[in-house]
Amino acid sequence: MRFGVVVFPGSNCDRDCVHVLRGVLGRDVDELWSGDPSVAGADALILPGGFAYGDYLRAGAVAATAPIMAAVREFAGAGGPVLGICNGFQVLLEAGLLPGAMLRNRSLQFRCQPVHLRVESMRTPFTAGLRPGQVLRMPVAHGEGKYYAPEDLAARLEARDQIVFRYCDASGRPADDANPNGSLRHIAGVCNAAGNVVGLMPHPERASEAILGSTDGRLLFESVIAVLAARRRAERVPV
Amino acid sequence: MTTVRIVITLKPGILDAAGQAVRQGLTSLGYRDVGDVRVGRYLEIAVPQDVPPEQIEAMCERFLANPLIEEWRVGDAP
Repeated sequence: MRFGVVVFPGSNCDRDCVHVLRGVLGRDVDELWSGDPSVAGADALILPGGFAYGDYLRAGAVAATAPIMAAVREFAGAGGPVLGICNGFQVLLEAGLLPGAMLRNRSLQFRCQPVHLRVESMRTPFTAGLRPGQVLRMPVAHGEGKYYAPEDLAARLEARDQIVFRYCDASGRPADDANPNGSLRHIAGVCNAAGNVVGLMPHPERASEAILGSTDGRLLFESVIAVLAARRRAERVPV
Repeated sequence: MTTVRIVITLKPGILDAAGQAVRQGLTSLGYRDVGDVRVGRYLEIAVPQDVPPEQIEAMCERFLANPLIEEWRVGDAP
């Protein structure tokens, strides 16, 4: 089972993702460069946080045109699991692989703080191993994380179970004062219609070891590992 | 070649937090009758003289602006 971590010029959480997948979870990881034409060999892709291409134009906009994105699009189209974290989420939005857009935080401040997230959907490979309503704690670190979708699109996302995470308080109640950026409907993460592409603003890779204060983030990676392993068993291919 | 100017702003109805902050600054300086302030991006793009307007529109729609949240105005540079 191999993970591919996509590295753009300006990505800065790629090594953290590699560390968690390889060092903490013992998986094989390829670092895939923005200019690579292929993601061949990867069973799941992670688009990490950072400031890809300096966030010029809009966060994620230039990265969405990078050569590797054609391969990411093809991989996602074939049902491969793709997780965009923070800036990686912004890239997936700009690439049209996820619905919606990001605006500047309501506060205009860069927000770097621990938040609580409520699991809203388990239909994605990254949340299949979680419980509905489960509350996770992990940090956010962003200036443009205010999720936006026009009202009709937002209603459609609710109806189609595409809202994956919501900001909430420690008891699991979504609330304005638990929402770090002013996101519409307290949305912290969404998925595509098929459910295999997921984006979230909080950083699971920064909450995957006890020494960092939370291991809740690891659950997302363990979930996709379990899904891929089950898929392999079903195909009778050794993992 | 000719230079095309493009101004991109958030759509009306979408809260422009940066615009509000700028307005607040102007108010603090005593410019109390300033109304709405919109903060956007400005681009100058050099293109062949005969580039069709549809191509500029396509550039805006596909890449330079995000049609979900932004609108744009295109004009010629002086």
